[in-house]
Amino acid sequence: MSFARASFTAKLGLIIVIFYVLVALVGPFLAPYKQSDIVGGVWEPISAEFWLGTDNVGRDLLSRMIYGTRTTLFIAFLATSLSFSWGILTGFFAAVSGGWIDQVLSRWVDLMMAFPTLIFALVVLSMVPINMTTLVLVMATLDSTRVFRIARALAEDTSVMEFVEAARLRGESTLWIIFKEILPNTLTPLIAEYGLRFSFAVLFLSSLSFLGLGVQPPAADWGGMVRDNALGITFGRTASLIPAAALAILTVSVNFVVDWLLDKTSSLRKEG
Amino acid sequence: MADNLITVKDLVIKAKVHRPGEKPFDVTIVDKVSFTLEKGEVLGLIGESGAGKSTIGVAALAYARYGCTITGGQFILNGQDVLEYIGNRLLQHRGGQVAYVAQSAAAAFNPAHKLDEQVVEVAITKGDMSRTEALAYARELYAKIGLPDPENFGQRYPHQVSGGQLQRAMTAMALASRPDLIVFDEPTTALDVTTQIDVLAAIKEAINDFGISALYISHDLAVVGQVSDRIMVLRHGKMVEMGTTEQIFNNPQEEYTKELVSIRSDIKPETPRSDVPALLRLENVTASYDGTLDVVKNVSMELEAGQTLAVVGESGSGKSTTARIIMGLLPQREGTVIFNGDPLPPKLSSRTKEQKRQIQMIYQMADTAMNPRQTIRDIIGRPMTFYFGTSGKERERKVTELLEQIEMGPEFLNRFPAELSGGQKQRVCIARALAADPEIIICDEVTSALDPLVAEGVLQLLLRLQRETNVAYLFITHDIATVRAISDSIAVMYQGGLVEVGQKSEILNPPHPPYTELLLSSVPEMRVGWLEEAIENRTMEAAGN
Repeated sequence: MSFARASFTAKLGLIIVIFYVLVALVGPFLAPYKQSDIVGGVWEPISAEFWLGTDNVGRDLLSRMIYGTRTTLFIAFLATSLSFSWGILTGFFAAVSGGWIDQVLSRWVDLMMAFPTLIFALVVLSMVPINMTTLVLVMATLDSTRVFRIARALAEDTSVMEFVEAARLRGESTLWIIFKEILPNTLTPLIAEYGLRFSFAVLFLSSLSFLGLGVQPPAADWGGMVRDNALGITFGRTASLIPAAALAILTVSVNFVVDWLLDKTSSLRKEG
Repeated sequence: MADNLITVKDLVIKAKVHRPGEKPFDVTIVDKVSFTLEKGEVLGLIGESGAGKSTIGVAALAYARYGCTITGGQFILNGQDVLEYIGNRLLQHRGGQVAYVAQSAAAAFNPAHKLDEQVVEVAITKGDMSRTEALAYARELYAKIGLPDPENFGQRYPHQVSGGQLQRAMTAMALASRPDLIVFDEPTTALDVTTQIDVLAAIKEAINDFGISALYISHDLAVVGQVSDRIMVLRHGKMVEMGTTEQIFNNPQEEYTKELVSIRSDIKPETPRSDVPALLRLENVTASYDGTLDVVKNVSMELEAGQTLAVVGESGSGKSTTARIIMGLLPQREGTVIFNGDPLPPKLSSRTKEQKRQIQMIYQMADTAMNPRQTIRDIIGRPMTFYFGTSGKERERKVTELLEQIEMGPEFLNRFPAELSGGQKQRVCIARALAADPEIIICDEVTSALDPLVAEGVLQLLLRLQRETNVAYLFITHDIATVRAISDSIAVMYQGGLVEVGQKSEILNPPHPPYTELLLSSVPEMRVGWLEEAIENRTMEAAGN
C-alpha cells in the first residue's frame, strides 16, 4: 500500500471517513445530552451550552448529530454489507453456472431494477412495520440488484480465464471456484464499489427518513433532522443545514477514497 | 560512407521502470547497437523477446514506444540523422521515407474503412501522388504481391479477406509511398506455416523488385534467413553476432547463435507400437459448437501408455477442439472416447473424480492458466489435497519434490505467478498437472508462446518427465519441428477432419497425402534458398491464401 504517495484529496477523504466512524463508535458516550431530551428553547443559537444550538423542540443539536451519525452509518453499513453478500454470491453464482440459472437470476434482477427504487421502498415500507430490520432488509434487497450486475460482470471476465477452467477440469465445486478462484481476483474493484454503494445507502436512508418512512422519531438520523428543522430556514435558523452538510461531506469524502482505490487498480492492470 | 543508405551508430534506448514503492529507474533496452545497411539490402534482426529488436525497428521511424526514450547514438538515413527530425520533417519521414509492417495486420487495419482508402492514404499525404495515381499504383502493387483480383481487391473491408492477404495488403501499404526503408516487425509470426510461406515469398519478391532496403525482425531464425542478406543476432539489447545469412547458418561464431541454429535437432527415437490396447482411443468422434457446423468430423486416434501422440494442423483444423472433447468441455455429438477400456462420459459433469484426475491439461498461456492470487505452493499443492487428501508436512514435501523435478528450488514456494519468467510459469503448470499423478497430460501448444531456447528447455523437461513417470502426452501443436522432436505417433488434422494418423516414421516419410506434403514442405528450414525451392515444388495451394 502506497498511501503516503496518494493524492491530497484521497488523504483528506480518508481522514474524514475515519473521523465519522470514530464519532459513530464512541460519540454517544461523549455526547453532552441524550438524543431525545428536551434541554433548551426552540432553535437556540450556538452557545457554550449548546455547541450547535438546539432543534425545533429544544433538543441539543450536537448530541442529536452524534447519535444520528451512529444510526445513519450503522444502518447504511448493515444494508450495504448485506446487499454485497447477496449480490456477490448470486452474481458470481449466475456467472459461474451460466445457462438457465444465469437467465433466471438475471431476469429477476432486471425485473427488480425496472421499479424506481425510492417508490418501491416507499410502497413496501408503508405496508410493513418500520424498524431497523425492515429498513435494512428493504435497502439491501434493492441495492443487491446493482451489486449483482457488477459482480456478475466481473466474474464473467474472470471465469473465462484458463485457471478457472483448470479448476473446473480438476472437478472443484462451484463454491470453491467462487471463493478461491474468482473472489480474490475481483476484490479490489468490489471494495471500491462497496464504498460507492455505502454512500448511496447513506443518501437513500436519509431520503427515506426525510419522507418519514425511514428512521422513526424520536431516534435521530440525518435525513429526519433535516426534515424536522426544515421549517427553521424560513426564520433564518440554520439547524437543518448541519445534518445536510454532514451528509454532503461524508458522500464527497467516500468518493475521494474510492477514486484513489480505482486509480490504484487501473494502474495495477496497466502494469499487468 | 556514401554508399550506405543507413548508418546506425551506438544507438542507446532506455525505458523507465515504475515499481510500486520504488523510485522510477532506467533500464537500458538497446545498448550501443551499430550497423550499416546498403540500398536494396535486407538485414534480419533476431533474438528472443526483450532482446530489443522491435525497439530498434521503430527507432528507424524516430519513435520510441511509450515509456522508452532514445538517449544516445545516431540513426543516419540518406546522410541525415532521423533522430533529430521534428515537426513536419518528422511527419514526412514516418511513412514517407520509412514504412512499418506490423505483426498483426488484423489489428493494424481500421475495420471501418475499405482497404484501398487505407493503402493509398500515406501515399497521398506523404508522397506527391494524386488520388488517381495512388489508386492505380496500389492496384499495380496488389498484382505484384500476388493478391487475387487486383482491380477490385481494394474495394473490400479488412474482415472480408484472409489473414495472409491482409498481411500482404499491409506490405502493399508500406510500398505505396515508395519508401527507402521498410521495417517488417514479425510480419508472418501470427500466420499458419502454409500461409507464411506465400507471404514470405511475396515480401521477398517485392523487396527485390523495388530495390528497397528492409529491416526484417523475427524470433524465428529460419524465417529471417529466407529474406535477409545479413543477420544480426541480439540478446538483452546487445549485439551478439552479425554476419551474412550463409555464415550465421553454417558457421556461427558465438555460443548463443550456435544454440539458436542447432535448436530441436536432437530427435527422440520413436517407441514402436505394442500389442497392448491403447490407453486412450477416439472412435469416429464428431462435435460441433452450435449443433449445425461440425468443427471436428469423424476423428479417430489412439494414444498408448507412456507415449506421445502429436496432433498437428493449422489454426481452425480442430486440434484444440479435439482436446476439449477429450477433457469433457465439449461433449461430442457422435462417437466415443475410450479411456482404459471404458467409454468416458461425454460431459465433464458426468465424469468421476478419478476420471478427471487421470487426464490433466497444460495450456498455451501459462500466464492465464494460473490464479495470480495464489502462491506456487497452493497452485501445485491443490491437486494433491483435492485428489489424495494430502496436507501439512507431507504436502509440503511432495510440492518441494515436484519443484525439484521441474528444476526449480524450494525458494519458489511462496512466490506468485507474476514473479516468475515465462519458462518457469510453464514449468509450474507442468508440475500442477503432474501433482494429480495422471495417466495422460494434454499439452495444448505449450511451447508456442515461449522463446525458442526456453521452449527447448520445456520440451526436454517434458521428455525427461515422461521417462520418469511413464505419463502419456497428447501434444497439440502447429510446429512440425516440435512434432519431430518429441512424438511417437502423429495425427494430421485439416479443417476439422483427420488427414492421416500413424507412427512418426510413417507420417514424416513420403509418400504423403497432399495436405501433409504441403504442411511439411512449408516449415522453414535453416538454409539459404529453401524458400525458392519450396515454392517451386508445391503441389497444393494453402487454404489461407
